[in-house]
Amino acid sequence: MSHTFYIAMSYAVSAAVILCLIAWTWLDGRARRQELAELEASGIRRRSAQAKDDAA
Amino acid sequence: MTDSLAISKFSELANPTRFLALAARILPWMAAATVILFAIGLYLSFTTEGDYQQGATVRIMYVHVPAAWLSMMCYTVMAVSAIGTLVWRHPLADVSHKAAAPLGAAFTLIALATGSLWGRPMWGTWWVWDARLTSVFVLFLMYLGLIALNRAMDDPSRAARVSAVLILVGFVNIPIIKFSVDWWNTLHQPASVIRMGGPTIDQEFLWPLLIMAIAFTVLFFTLHTMAMRNEIWRRRVAAQRRMAARMAGREA
Repeated sequence: MSHTFYIAMSYAVSAAVILCLIAWTWLDGRARRQELAELEASGIRRRSAQAKDDAA
Repeated sequence: MTDSLAISKFSELANPTRFLALAARILPWMAAATVILFAIGLYLSFTTEGDYQQGATVRIMYVHVPAAWLSMMCYTVMAVSAIGTLVWRHPLADVSHKAAAPLGAAFTLIALATGSLWGRPMWGTWWVWDARLTSVFVLFLMYLGLIALNRAMDDPSRAARVSAVLILVGFVNIPIIKFSVDWWNTLHQPASVIRMGGPTIDQEFLWPLLIMAIAFTVLFFTLHTMAMRNEIWRRRVAAQRRMAARMAGREA
């Protein structure tokens, strides 16, 4: 196999792992944000947020 | 007076809500810096000269070496966080080492895979069980073990304390990885950048390597901040669900 094959594979493997990592982190964040929004919509809020609202 | 100011600044950062606000402010800048640094780094990686002996395969170094550096730096960040968990009970320390473990595993995997792809044309073999390669493989297994341990325990603060002890015990592997090439006879070359007496690597290769290393480091901190933010959100969701279940129990 030519040297070009090894170089291309190295960059391809690195890019694939990094892109998977970015996608996984981003999708995980989006799912958690959605869960928090759903909880908020159903009237469940953090105690600190409730305390602030009560004081206001 | 200065002591109390420093302590109050420190505890300000320890507050997860403040951390979330800070993360929201700095993440777009960190992401932009990562993209710019990778653009410059990759441009230099493919436009600079090849090595007189290795030819173009020297370009594998520009991803292999930064990934290998990061695999060790990530573990060091985790060890500092583990001290934060055990000594100061810092609220963000547990979150920090839990969020860093999958990132460390990913960068170690890149280092192992690209090292193997570089080894085949240069050494004539994909893999040897020499000191450097074996100790990095052990680091990879440790990351996987820490991820499994964190997922196996339901109570996050207990999982954090047990992981913190394991991280600190495992930290002994980091100097072994760094000095393995000096202490034992290995196929892997000794250090040529971070060494006593300065770098021995040619300027032609040093610049792309340094810029790629900075790009990888900024990428790591961007992803680490994002993963920490996700973990804080995950804990909030769990706490709010517990609260909702308690409220439902009381009403029933």
